[in-house]
Amino acid sequence: MSFAEFIAMGGHGKFVWSAYGITFAVLAMNLVFTLRRLRKSEKDVDHLRSSDRQDKTES
Amino acid sequence: MFLWFHRLGSARYFFGLAGRLTPWLGSLAAVTIVTGLYLGLFVAPPDYQQGDGYRIMFVHVPSAWMSMFIYVFMAFNAAVGLIWRIKIAHLLSTAAAIIGASFTFITLATGSIWGKPMWGAWWAWDARLTSELILLFLYLGFIALQSAIQDRGKAQQAGAILLLAGVVNIPIIHYSVLWWHTLHQTASITKFGVPSIHSSMLAPLLLMWVGFTFFFFYLLMLRARALILEYERSSRWVQEAGAVK
Repeated sequence: MSFAEFIAMGGHGKFVWSAYGITFAVLAMNLVFTLRRLRKSEKDVDHLRSSDRQDKTES
Repeated sequence: MFLWFHRLGSARYFFGLAGRLTPWLGSLAAVTIVTGLYLGLFVAPPDYQQGDGYRIMFVHVPSAWMSMFIYVFMAFNAAVGLIWRIKIAHLLSTAAAIIGASFTFITLATGSIWGKPMWGAWWAWDARLTSELILLFLYLGFIALQSAIQDRGKAQQAGAILLLAGVVNIPIIHYSVLWWHTLHQTASITKFGVPSIHSSMLAPLLLMWVGFTFFFFYLLMLRARALILEYERSSRWVQEAGAVK
């Protein structure tokens, strides 16, 4: 089986590859947004902690 | 058992547990999905009726299973949250919702792409398709409801009630192909009896399903950690060093 034949998927290439493309694009987007949100919430906690320390040293 | 249940319900304990599980869940998901893709795209032979077009099955069917499994998982957590007032249970429903909606969207989109060459239509008001679309609306309704209510406790209760009411849709989706003989084909794999597909096609299907399940729990643990930090950011254990790097 050649590479071109593999891509063609017996004439169903555009259907097969768009289905796989949508699936993995949606799953990858989920991962990216989740990791981004986790980083942000970690940063917010750090931020709150450092501002807490500042309050304590000021008073 | 009760002690374990209680500990699991504590945000601090769960945060640590989720952090220890994520690397395992992520690597297991990657390995099983890559193996499943290899077997599904390179090893499994073409179908005698559908040619290579049937390979859409390896993403469509596991996504459909996930779309229903995640809903049941959320409804179970909603019940646990309502009955025993365990906050982590509600938090898990909230964390899972967007993942469930994503798998439902994938199911509908890949099904539509598969339907075009095989049935000649992108969409039909078939019982299976319609009930799966209702499932997407249930997920989106839950997400919208939770974000519309300011008070977190009330939002969780209202969301939990919506989830439990919507559970009736799950058996409808499952049995729709038997109750209404419309367009969608019946199941090839059942818990009882021999599957009606060949093992060379069954192996990638099951691997993709296991892989998607690991991926779901991987995402769920990451999202749960983010939510715990957002909910408990001012509590002492989060503020004390070591909890977060």
